Amino acid sequence: MAMKRSLLTGLPMAGFLVVGGLGLAGGLALAAGQYVPGASDTEIKIGNTMPYSGPASSYGAIGKAETAYFAMINDQGGVNGRKINFISRDDSYSPPKTVEQVRKLVEEDQVLLTFNLLGTPPNTAVQGYLNENKVPQLFVATGADKWNDPKNHPWTMGWQPSYRIEARIYARYILQNMPNAKIAVLYQNDDFGKDYLIGLREGLGDKADKMIVATQSYETTDPTVDSQVVAMQNSGADTILTAAIPKFAAQVIRKVYDIGWKPTHFLSNVSTSVKIALQPAGLEKSIGIISAGYGKEITDPKWQSTQEYKDWLAWMQKYNPQASIADANNSYGYGVSQTLIAVLKACGNNLMRENVMKQAASIHDLKLPLLLPGISVSTSATDFAPIKQMQLEKFDGTTWEMFGPVISGASS
Amino acid sequence: MSKGFAVVVPDRAAVSQYAGLSVGAWRWIGALIAVALAAALPFTVSNYHVFELTMVMIYAIAVLGLNILTGFNGQISLGHGAFFAAGAYTTAILMQRYGVPYWATVLPAGLISFVLGVLFGLPALRFEGPYLALVTLSMALATPQLLKYFDNWTGGVQGINLAKVVPPPGLGLDHDRWLYLLVLVVLIVAIRVAANILHGRTGRALVAIRDHPIAAAAMGINNARYKTLAFGISTLFTGVAGSLAAIVVSYVSPEGYGMFLSIAFLVGSTIGGIATISGALVGGLFIEFVPNFANDISDAAPAALYGLAMLLFMYAMPLGVVGSLAPLFTRWLRQARARGSGRN
Repeated sequence: MAMKRSLLTGLPMAGFLVVGGLGLAGGLALAAGQYVPGASDTEIKIGNTMPYSGPASSYGAIGKAETAYFAMINDQGGVNGRKINFISRDDSYSPPKTVEQVRKLVEEDQVLLTFNLLGTPPNTAVQGYLNENKVPQLFVATGADKWNDPKNHPWTMGWQPSYRIEARIYARYILQNMPNAKIAVLYQNDDFGKDYLIGLREGLGDKADKMIVATQSYETTDPTVDSQVVAMQNSGADTILTAAIPKFAAQVIRKVYDIGWKPTHFLSNVSTSVKIALQPAGLEKSIGIISAGYGKEITDPKWQSTQEYKDWLAWMQKYNPQASIADANNSYGYGVSQTLIAVLKACGNNLMRENVMKQAASIHDLKLPLLLPGISVSTSATDFAPIKQMQLEKFDGTTWEMFGPVISGASS
Repeated sequence: MSKGFAVVVPDRAAVSQYAGLSVGAWRWIGALIAVALAAALPFTVSNYHVFELTMVMIYAIAVLGLNILTGFNGQISLGHGAFFAAGAYTTAILMQRYGVPYWATVLPAGLISFVLGVLFGLPALRFEGPYLALVTLSMALATPQLLKYFDNWTGGVQGINLAKVVPPPGLGLDHDRWLYLLVLVVLIVAIRVAANILHGRTGRALVAIRDHPIAAAAMGINNARYKTLAFGISTLFTGVAGSLAAIVVSYVSPEGYGMFLSIAFLVGSTIGGIATISGALVGGLFIEFVPNFANDISDAAPAALYGLAMLLFMYAMPLGVVGSLAPLFTRWLRQARARGSGRN
């Protein structure tokens, strides 16, 4: 349904925008004197797709959290007097549907920008279209590294630390604390797993060849990874990095324990769920495993006396009451929404898409309430990776305990 | 099994005149008007709607394939998404790895799907009804994982990005409208081919096998050959549809070809009218638009609304839209004819 824009309400903004509007190139035709798509005196339209149905539908909670967050912002008066109109559509994690929904958001709903689209294949499917049409693809919800590519895709930006950043952090920790380690890597044989291997090598620098003594891969269609684990043990490694999804991570943890091997075990952040990854392996077999995080573990009692937690809890109870407090998707949605609001605030009255990207690429040390202390959001014209720091955490049999300093995974 | 399937055989024998033209001539005029309207439509709506309508036609071609197999030949398939994916990936690999221009990949994609369909149709001869359904369902389940496994060819989870189609210069058509017209041409060819097959010897053999396989064999029909052929023809159509979908969306990845796609095809097929040709168009409309409507109406339970829509359609029109309405139309036509000629 095309949005009819009335010239009368547009007149105040028209004069201000005519000069900018004339300069706009791009696929969407704009008549000078009319609004920039998606923004007006009273409203900012934001587009989003999430898998609300299908196999990845548990991530739909993120979209609901974001809706709830923007509802709170609107109750507080909006951003610079403008209400957020957050349009979130279901793409079932199916890239053809993502293409359709994103086109609808851009061409029919006329959103100002797309925000936190979820999933690497869905985002890959629309990256070309959004960059060609100069529509911001902001703060995508995936850990792939390829969203940090301002030269080729200046309209696309990630948010959370990518897998490569995480692996670089492990590498830096190893160099500092175990410089003579012999490392074996088990990785899923796709971009996700390979990103870890690349990041580890980048972090180890010229020591990579000496320190990485074995690499083993697996396919998601493999029934077990036991033979890979045994092969890694036989390589003489004393440190392993498991770049695997929960199903295989659980197998690795169990096998390592069962063969009596006690390496220093680094585990991908995607497989740290106690319920999904560690319990199937056996909690007692998971003791001592190291991973990394960037957000406060919301169920950890040590945060519950802080003002940030109380604000978050009040928001959950008022605006997102159906959601589960323990679900980390909610704190994720909360944090990424706050980042967007900060960018929109910085835009002031200039809500042209170029300015949105400019502000998004000029975030200096933004602290968010649910990020771990010491971690902040920063971007620049050449750095489209907003969060590059993480802190290590160790599993003690019950929960993940943070330890050590915040480490940066920025490529140096 | 034959209850619930309607074969709508038009009244071909009638050569009575209407305003100086035969039924056949009127049919041609009607078809030309429909094509002209369809060709003009993209110039009256926005780019996004043109894209949606292109997808409708692509799904219609896929559903037409399924109608041939399940509606006319009685072999139920819950796995046509696999052949859709086969066509899509053939196009993607030919375009990206071998630099084949997009329009030259459609036929190879169809042919490869045909071969795969025949290869699958041969062992499928052993299965009937629900067992065949299960076997084809297993294909639908396996498809995303197989695509991820052979990642040297398929690009695995990352998928394959395709170059955006550039419309031929000088026609004044933009990207969306050019693709719409291209798909429209393929749809018209597909309908024509399907009509020729189904209204001729082959079609009668397929229907005979569906309704009474023993009687059909007794009459001299080679059941095995026709059933296998039906599979191949059916997957050829669906493979072509998959190829076109890859070209239009410009990206293929395993997540786009999950189990639900196969089920959606069967849903569209049944709701349109499983043993009809024009029902495929209704099916395409259903597959493309109903999930979106359900989403717009309800944030909380769009899938429940989708299921409700299916139930309502099936309750009101058990033989599908075209399957239920066409006999009514034919009857009205016959009555009009009787009234017109009988009273004079």
